[in-house]
Amino acid sequence: MTLEDGIPDAPLEETWRTWLDGHKLVGPRQRSEYHVIVVGTGLAGASAAATLAGLGYKVESFCYQDSARRAHSIAAQGGINATKDYANEGDSVQRLFVDTMKGGDFRAREGNVWRLAELSTNIIDQAVAQGVPFNREYGGHLATRSFGGVLVERTFYCRGQTGQQLLLGAYQALQKEVAAGHATVNTRHEMLDVVVEDGRARGIIVRDLVSGEISRHAADAVVLATGGYCNVYYLSTNAKGCNVTATWRAHKRGAGFANPCFTQIHPTCIPQSGEYQSKLTLMSESLRNDGRVWVPREPGDDRAPADVPEAERYYYLEERYPRYGNLVPRDVASRAAKIVCDEGHGVGTTGRAVYMDFLDAIREVGHEAIEGRYGNLFELYERITGESPWEVPMRIYPAPHYSMGGLWVDYRLETTIPGLFAIGEANFSDHGANRLGASAMMQCLADGYFIVPHTVTDYLSRLSDHPDSNTTAFDEAEKQVRDKLDRLLSVGGVTPAPVFHRELGNVMLDRCGITRDGEGLRDAIGKVAAIREEFWRDVRVTASGGELNQALEYAGRVADFLELAELMCRDALERDESCGCHLREEHQSEEGEPRRDDKRFAHASVWQYQGPDADHSHAREGLEFEEIEPVARSYR
Amino acid sequence: MNFTLRVWRQNGPVSPGEFEVHEVADIDPDASFLEMLDVLNERLISGGSEPVAFDSDCREGICGACSLTIDGVPHGPGQATTCQVFMREFDDGSTISIEPFRNSAFPVLRDLVVDRSAFDRIIEAGGFISVGSGPKPEPNATPIHPATQQSAMDASICIGCGACVAACPNGAAMLFTGAKVTHLNVLPQGEPERHHRARAMVRQMDDEGFGGCTNTGECQQVCPQKISIKVIGELNREYRLAILEKLRRRRGPLRPQ
Repeated sequence: MTLEDGIPDAPLEETWRTWLDGHKLVGPRQRSEYHVIVVGTGLAGASAAATLAGLGYKVESFCYQDSARRAHSIAAQGGINATKDYANEGDSVQRLFVDTMKGGDFRAREGNVWRLAELSTNIIDQAVAQGVPFNREYGGHLATRSFGGVLVERTFYCRGQTGQQLLLGAYQALQKEVAAGHATVNTRHEMLDVVVEDGRARGIIVRDLVSGEISRHAADAVVLATGGYCNVYYLSTNAKGCNVTATWRAHKRGAGFANPCFTQIHPTCIPQSGEYQSKLTLMSESLRNDGRVWVPREPGDDRAPADVPEAERYYYLEERYPRYGNLVPRDVASRAAKIVCDEGHGVGTTGRAVYMDFLDAIREVGHEAIEGRYGNLFELYERITGESPWEVPMRIYPAPHYSMGGLWVDYRLETTIPGLFAIGEANFSDHGANRLGASAMMQCLADGYFIVPHTVTDYLSRLSDHPDSNTTAFDEAEKQVRDKLDRLLSVGGVTPAPVFHRELGNVMLDRCGITRDGEGLRDAIGKVAAIREEFWRDVRVTASGGELNQALEYAGRVADFLELAELMCRDALERDESCGCHLREEHQSEEGEPRRDDKRFAHASVWQYQGPDADHSHAREGLEFEEIEPVARSYR
Repeated sequence: MNFTLRVWRQNGPVSPGEFEVHEVADIDPDASFLEMLDVLNERLISGGSEPVAFDSDCREGICGACSLTIDGVPHGPGQATTCQVFMREFDDGSTISIEPFRNSAFPVLRDLVVDRSAFDRIIEAGGFISVGSGPKPEPNATPIHPATQQSAMDASICIGCGACVAACPNGAAMLFTGAKVTHLNVLPQGEPERHHRARAMVRQMDDEGFGGCTNTGECQQVCPQKISIKVIGELNREYRLAILEKLRRRRGPLRPQ
């Protein structure tokens, strides 16, 4: 496996321009001869599919949902970053670059991050042209607000539904291409394998989730935009259907998986109410602009929040991080919440929650202003908990939210399998060991609208033949998919798949969650293997594969999570340092801040599958810092 | 809490369906309606029976996938998506009937799962602004009054769930279509295509077999996003303007012949 990043030799601020100027083109008349598959229709997938189709390629798009409009990008609430500097704060590409590198604790690739910052403004322009109704100031100009981990107001938003509006913009652009005959969208289809022939990606195998039919789809290039894998924790803010299957099966076909242990635990989610609940609802980080986070200073204090006098409240973020206060990055806020709860300050029935209090803000800026900023979030919270944030503080606790790890890609977003690209959350590229708020949508849309259409073009221009789905590689991949489905259906056990999923989630949250340590991780590897074995001995999947069978879909996804989980633990064990979201208890300062080890770990860990009976092999892509000096991250 | 569920079971679009009765015991009042069904399904699988098929994904009220008719009301009590209905809203020991969203343009695929691809085709007909990807003008060069932006947003928050259709006695999709036409037509970016958009989307809506609006207003009573029936007024207005525009264009180009 070669891990060349492929960044052109040019000064950082000119790398993308240099790459664009040097890449090969496909003429407008030839484009319709090329077939491109895009899997996933979230922000990254829909924007890529729409753009590639707009260029004139024949695009086939796939999603497991019943419409391309429903992918989980739709749930992103807070906003999207761009360095427009409308607020006149001296914001710049350089500053967004520095914030993102620092936010990621210096575990991301400089070239990719610079390009992301550079493209951020184009995304806003693109979205506005599509009719995305970003909030406006009284003069009719775009409004911005600030987000965790930064000191400028560079976040653009549509109330608390920014992801929905941006996704609808991309979805509508894609449906426009469907109407024009350039793209097809295959809804309720799940990708179950990538077909690799002569070392190149040549197509995919999919299952029609309604009829159960397995079909082959050949293509000149395949783009995976299938999102992240936080549902490995069972409890997460992801949609029920989010899964690792597409990227994991690609991984088993030879695509390197990078930094699988980098998963972000979001600090502000509504706590779990019972074990039947896997979905935790996130409360946008933007709430931390006005919400003050606190717990009773006295451990075990179970008075109602209103009865706790000001002097007996512990505003732990404001006290520990006076400069950033409640707006520290997500990993810092999550750890701080865990620490105060571990110390017995936690509130609510389980003691695993902290308060986020808006009463001061309501007093200061008024009911109307707060309603305008967060009205729909307050409603959502009240609907779920039955409590009104206008009267009592919200109760929040961290929950798995986003995976920075994913398929390894080079500067062109191509995986280690030529012709197989990965974009959005499915790749590992831009967020290092921790993602800043309002950066996920930025990355998805930069990848989809502005990067992958060009890099796919460059790849296609070098091809000499078109693929054919009547080959032994397709035969063999299809057979493996059928065998695996048959195996799931014929285990003959008695236990439903969700039971194994819960067990897996408990182990992963406990051992590979907000904090990790060597002993716990070694223990987890054994436990995960045991659950996996039990799963294949005792799972029960009812009915057949030739029909709409949601239990079969679910079981297939859990089977893949059971394999991924072990790799996450191995990766976390191998990375014997703390960085960003990855806090190894052996490596922290006295105040509980992570201690990086740049000498040994300034690299991306890339894992290669070696077959069912062998351990993964491990390779490193060294990270070089030319523009920015890695420093200890401090938000105090 | 304990409940008796009357659940609609149907194998496919053309097979006959029927209600099946299930008793569910020991449900946490804070469980959501769909979590209650998850519990039922786990119990069904353990007992070797087939679980009930239903759509859901984000489980936070925004993706629009969940689509159950609960006791005759699309999405059930509280004017929120099905995933945001909680068991504490029902009486302990009560009987609850659960059906799919009913409309002939939404064929049942299995049990409670319906095919709503008609909505995608309505969007395809004109629910977009025709811009490609690439460099675009500076947005602040075209200021948009915040009230205009808010009107666009009040309509664009539609999640495409189809509850409006399921609630309508005529099976009309006017709230859905009206919301998209309003969103795009009030904005300056949507202006060049406004007439074509209104005409094409209405035509597609009719072709899909949806009915016409008679201002009953049940759509806005069940819309989880609380979209106002006023968007239907907007749609009608835009449609009439589009027809006038079409008549005007019959005169031909303005240049001398």
